[in-house]
Amino acid sequence: MAINWFKYSAPSTFYGLAGKIAPWCAGISAVLFAAGLYIGLVVAPTDATQGESYRIFFIHVPTAILSMFLYLVMAGYAAIGLIFNTRLSAMMATALAPTGALFTFIALWTGALWGKPTWGTWWVWDARLTSELILLFLYIGFMALHSSIDDPRRADRAAALLAIVGSVNVPIIYYSVRWWNSLHQGPTFEVGRVAVYDDTMRQAFLLMLFACWLYAAAVVLWRVRSIILERERSTQWVAELKEIRA
Amino acid sequence: MNPQDKMSLSDSLMLVIRRDWLLAMRRRADVLTTLVFFVMVVSLFPLSMEPDPNVLRKIAPGVVWVAALLASMLSLGRLFSADHADGTLEQMMLAPQPLALLVFGKIVAHWMLSGLPLVLLAPVLGLQFGVPTEGLWVLVAGLLLGTPMLSAIGAIGAALTLGLRGGGVLVSLLVLPLCIPVLIFGAGAVDAVLAAKSAAPNLALLGAALVVSLAAAPWVAAQALRISME
Repeated sequence: MAINWFKYSAPSTFYGLAGKIAPWCAGISAVLFAAGLYIGLVVAPTDATQGESYRIFFIHVPTAILSMFLYLVMAGYAAIGLIFNTRLSAMMATALAPTGALFTFIALWTGALWGKPTWGTWWVWDARLTSELILLFLYIGFMALHSSIDDPRRADRAAALLAIVGSVNVPIIYYSVRWWNSLHQGPTFEVGRVAVYDDTMRQAFLLMLFACWLYAAAVVLWRVRSIILERERSTQWVAELKEIRA
Repeated sequence: MNPQDKMSLSDSLMLVIRRDWLLAMRRRADVLTTLVFFVMVVSLFPLSMEPDPNVLRKIAPGVVWVAALLASMLSLGRLFSADHADGTLEQMMLAPQPLALLVFGKIVAHWMLSGLPLVLLAPVLGLQFGVPTEGLWVLVAGLLLGTPMLSAIGAIGAALTLGLRGGGVLVSLLVLPLCIPVLIFGAGAVDAVLAAKSAAPNLALLGAALVVSLAAAPWVAAQALRISME
């Protein structure tokens, strides 16, 4: 059976599909979160050098990975929207931004919480922390630009261009920050590098990573449904939806 | 190209630069305000702390660079807004010359009016902070390579925020994170010299980034203008 994938590039058909997928993502994510947190916080052994405090790793690293991953996904959708002029891609990019910013914020927050017991300070101008902070600025810029343009079409296209410029700049920023850090010979801490020698640690980490990923998928799909309804509110198919008529 | 059509690409580029230059010279206060702002921001730092010469010398490159960054943000609003208001920008988009080329001209003019004066003034400010001569040379070289980049990247932000309410603050929000590598390499070059190391790697990276941004930014800014003018 051939599936016409382009069918779901129309907001009207994707709306229904997203509504079917999102609860599954959310449900599986909740199960994985429960399992990952249990293994990470209870089963996994205590770290030899960092004690119990290393366990924040199981939240910190998955959110940090996703914060970067979601920016690339967002820029990818933005590029597709800009090149092929597909409405849905731009809506996906808009829906991804707040979740990406949230993960960036959580990664920074947990990084600070982790820094206090291990380095004795909340914040270090470490290359990774600094580039994560800049990533947060990039997300905020994207959302600020999008929300300050009233015409949704112009907002989509302008924000898309910004996301693409940002994604080209991300590696440059990352390496510049790394070199800056090594030039200044700051206190070199081996952080974020918990020796993952134990199988339970690896399991907990992978479970948490997938849990975060599915959470992001669920929330983004729900958000894109709201965006679709908002943008298409004057169309016939929205008026015929049973949740609208009810 | 049609032989009767004498306007070559370089001619039209020069025309845009000369036009923007002339317009700015008729309103010199705008250019001077940016320059005074630059001097003022730099002067605020010693006042906000204990003016210990050793500390001042250490923070000088960073302070000058941050002030240059902020000063160039300040003048970005003028890059396209006047032309947008009186319809010139629309004519430029209709012109047979590629819009990216005209944008490149505007970037060059913007740099000559807001970047170059900062470069010329920076050594004086460096002296105030007690930066030694070899550091001053590197500061100027870095600013010469870096400030055109600020104009080029800034042009993208200015084009994206054209005609928006609160555009001035927004453009800083968009452009400043993108300019962080410029700041790091530029200030890093001076830091390296002050630490008796070679500034060459940082200056080389600045130069490479300049080439890339001058090649890409006019084109991206032209795309952004088309989006904003639809």
